[in-house]
Amino acid sequence: MADKTLTFKPSAARPAPSTQIKALAWLRSNLFGSWFDTLITLLISAILISFVPDLLKWLFIDATYSGDDAICRINGGACWPFIGDKFQVLMIGVYPQDLAWRPAVSAIALILLAYLTYSNRLRGAVLIAAWFILPIIALFLIRGSFGMQSVDQSSWGGLMLSIMLALVGVIVSIPCGVMLALGRHYGSPVTKVLCVTFIELLRGVPLITILFMASVMMPLFLPAELVINNLLRIQIGMILFSSAYMAEVVRGGLQAILKGQAEASLSLGVSPAKTVAMIIVPQALRHVLPPLVGRCIALFKDTSLVIIVGLLDFLGMIKGAALDTAWLGFQAEAYVFAAFVYWAVCYSLSLYGRKLEQRGPQSNR
Amino acid sequence: MSKQKRIASKTPFAPKIGSIVLQTIILGIVLAIAYLLFANTQQNLSAKGIKSGFDFLWEEAGLPIGDTLIEYNPSRGYGYAFLVGILNTLLVSFLAIIFATILGVLVGVSRVSNNWLLSKCAAIYVETLRNLPLLLTLFFVYTVVLAALPHPKEAIEIAQGYYLSNRGVYLPRPIAQQGFGIFLSAVAVALGVGLFFWRWSIQYKHRTGRTVSGFWGGFAIVVVISSLAYLAAGNPVSSELPIYKGFNFRGGLSLKPEFTALLVGLVIYTAAFIGENVRSGIQSVHAGQIEAANALGVPRGVVVRKVLLPQALRVTIPATTNDYASLVKNSSLAVAIGYPDMVSIGGTIIGQNGQAVEIIAMWMAIYLTINLVISFVMNIVNSRAQIAER
Amino acid sequence: MREFKMFKNMKYTAVAACALGATSGLSAGTLDDVKAAGELACGVSEGVSGFSNPNSDGVWEGLDSDVCRAVAAAVLGDGDAVRFVPLASKQKVLAVSSGQVDMTSRTTTWTMKRDSAEGVDFTAVVFYDGQGFMTSTQIGVSSAKELDGATVCLTTGTTTELNLADFARANNLSIEPVVFEGKREAVEAYASGRCDALTTDSSQLASFRAGFADPSQHVVLPEIISKEPLAPLVAHGDNQWKDIVTWVVYGLISAEELGVTQENVADMAANSGNPSVQRMLGSSGNTGGMIGLESDWMVNAITAVGNYGEIYKRNLTDTLGLERGVNAQWTDGGLLYAMPIR
Repeated sequence: MADKTLTFKPSAARPAPSTQIKALAWLRSNLFGSWFDTLITLLISAILISFVPDLLKWLFIDATYSGDDAICRINGGACWPFIGDKFQVLMIGVYPQDLAWRPAVSAIALILLAYLTYSNRLRGAVLIAAWFILPIIALFLIRGSFGMQSVDQSSWGGLMLSIMLALVGVIVSIPCGVMLALGRHYGSPVTKVLCVTFIELLRGVPLITILFMASVMMPLFLPAELVINNLLRIQIGMILFSSAYMAEVVRGGLQAILKGQAEASLSLGVSPAKTVAMIIVPQALRHVLPPLVGRCIALFKDTSLVIIVGLLDFLGMIKGAALDTAWLGFQAEAYVFAAFVYWAVCYSLSLYGRKLEQRGPQSNR
Repeated sequence: MSKQKRIASKTPFAPKIGSIVLQTIILGIVLAIAYLLFANTQQNLSAKGIKSGFDFLWEEAGLPIGDTLIEYNPSRGYGYAFLVGILNTLLVSFLAIIFATILGVLVGVSRVSNNWLLSKCAAIYVETLRNLPLLLTLFFVYTVVLAALPHPKEAIEIAQGYYLSNRGVYLPRPIAQQGFGIFLSAVAVALGVGLFFWRWSIQYKHRTGRTVSGFWGGFAIVVVISSLAYLAAGNPVSSELPIYKGFNFRGGLSLKPEFTALLVGLVIYTAAFIGENVRSGIQSVHAGQIEAANALGVPRGVVVRKVLLPQALRVTIPATTNDYASLVKNSSLAVAIGYPDMVSIGGTIIGQNGQAVEIIAMWMAIYLTINLVISFVMNIVNSRAQIAER
Repeated sequence: MREFKMFKNMKYTAVAACALGATSGLSAGTLDDVKAAGELACGVSEGVSGFSNPNSDGVWEGLDSDVCRAVAAAVLGDGDAVRFVPLASKQKVLAVSSGQVDMTSRTTTWTMKRDSAEGVDFTAVVFYDGQGFMTSTQIGVSSAKELDGATVCLTTGTTTELNLADFARANNLSIEPVVFEGKREAVEAYASGRCDALTTDSSQLASFRAGFADPSQHVVLPEIISKEPLAPLVAHGDNQWKDIVTWVVYGLISAEELGVTQENVADMAANSGNPSVQRMLGSSGNTGGMIGLESDWMVNAITAVGNYGEIYKRNLTDTLGLERGVNAQWTDGGLLYAMPIR
């Protein structure tokens, strides 16, 4: 017994338990973890199966891609030629057709600038300057200045108008919001009370009442000689509204700046005005870039309300197109297209916001 | 120049001497501009012969309103018509807040669920709804609601007295019969007893450490006493059934399509935002806390109630308060789909007598009041949540 | 703070505004303003076919738009010198009383309240309308009085809802209104079956009916429940400007009565022996001078848009199939009766 050598013989390896096999394990832990999970998974699958295939069929398979309304009615699916036919009206409203290149050029410039911003090719002062200058040039171009044939604002419409309202609104309301936030945070008691009153008053009421006020009442406030056209009045209303919200966002940033920053700067002999402009505000803004992007999204969505005060923006044109007698019964396509466009713009903005969030407040813009 | 003052007042340096003078000047300028605007408005109004003041509230309105909570006819005054609008705004906001909260919590919890399919669906829901204008969602819901439902003649009958049609949802209207007062007081007593039992169970647990199921016990007390009282009072509630006659259902309770569409639109839109608040609340709780509780063998329900929720709520409540306030303001979009809320009715009054200044002042006053009430209530809730944390 | 900042940025603007505010009582008349601007700001609807509606090239068409053109032609000599300002129904009165537009020509009903208490003056009726009902033929109703219990779609901000309430009260009908902000929404809701009937001015009902996929499925009921005299309006207090708009409208109606058309107006101005025509077209006397215009004011207006009959035919009969009805000349048994130009 003693001279018998014991040799260690490992038993044959068993196959990995099924919970370790990749796909099965994934299924188990992510879909069928417990009887409750299984129930939910089955329930959701049933709901999805009940409408997703039909939806896809309507959107793509049965859809008509070219032709006219008669062909659409035969095919039964979504009618995309309808959107194609209405495309120009949806984009620029009743803007003169032979001058359509002006908004087109502006749009291309805007997309280019957005791309450069997103890919982080432009930074700092150049970036900010570009965003200030582009809308001004675009406005002059679309309005037709410097001897070009002028186009009155009453014929501006469509997506062009929505983007214009949002862009001008954001660009003007950020500086206004910064001023308001500074007044609220650092202001003397009087300025503080004034700023707080303004901010809370505007944040307390719905945008639509402000738009009513801008379009209906503002002329009554102003001297009879000072006539401001409807579009500008509504734009002013949106700027005031947006400034109040921007101010609240910026205030959050100001609160995050340590007191020592201002103290250090002042003790180095930098003037208080420069301290605020060069030290405090840039840091505060960097802290709140993601929520600022959130406000931009909100403002773009809010531009859809202007149809209630008589401007024909993108959603207004969508509704108009849906009622065209030549293309009766294709409302759903119009709404789907509108949803797609709004979603695409807002979602890409929110992606940009997330990117900024990941980059963090310390990094260079 | 005023910015220098502001810095000085927040930084350790002594405020400069000119500060008071400067503030007075600022105040003076603001008041001057306000006066200028006011004087201009007065002058413009009198030059145009538009009346001002609130006397019009007692003038006969003459406008028809389709969906009212209180008895209304066009011979009532403008003020009364406006009140109808206020009540409609309050009703739709109140219901929307409740349903949006329920749906929002479900969505938020689903987003952090281990179930891949569930969390993806919740994510798609949130990303879609948050990135579409509410107005578009409302138009869409309204159109879909109208298109999907049949004419009252072919109304879908869910049960006896419950009908669905493109004129709305019709339900039996409960009518108080003899004995209703007795029944109501019995229910009140039952609620008191149930609540008392719940409180007692908590104290009992603190005293002895033994658990009595206080909530469910109290609930059972309420149910039992109420149903006994109902039987004893001999059917104190009867119902008036809606009946199809002429063009539409008569009698019964009805939810109009405009109301339903507005409610659904507000709920699904706001729930996406509340869902995000709930998600970030839950994710703000350190995973170690849950693991520790699990390791100590604390039951899952108690972990959720005593560990997860109190901490998550600290993050969720303030953000949700803002969303409630937005919801109330967003209810003003009723005007686009024909629900007579106070913006819609006020707008009609402006169209009739041109007294825009007064109406807009009333809008502002009421929205500000509602928002104040919401932040007041939510502050109380928030302070409760903060205490529970300790 | 905000006001303060505004002041800082726009110090000079604010000062200028103060100065303007102080002098606003001494404002020159609308006529001078229009001449100085070189164009007439004219409020129209956001789109009611037949009255004011931009066509697919963005050109405003319709009876109301043509009235704007006629006034611009009479004042400035150029019928295209018009800036059309689309107005929501709520804005139509305020826009003119607050001076954003020089006149509004937007299917606006002449009522005592508007004329007296809302800071505007009506000029001359361009279209006699009345509120009616349209229903689907499927519900089998032949009179509006059978609409007890029905749901009716309509638009806010107009006399329409007041008339409906009055009609329901007078006939003891219970009618459930669904009130929309815009005409489009109301028509859309009616078309989707939300309402049993749609109510608005009967001329517009005709235009909506023409736009449905199958117009024969819809019928306009015979009852006209209100008087809707539609007239252009101007701000209260500028009598000269009110006279101008009033007499241009009368001029267009008289021109039809006297047989002056877009085609023959130049010829008539030179050769007509009819003293009424001579006075109107400025070949004898100076009717234009009485209201501060050139003597060829009506020649310009008629050259730009034609006489009332031509305007009506072009915009309402040819496109919507609307007959003249009560809008015929008084000599043909209608209500149109232009005051004498002399």
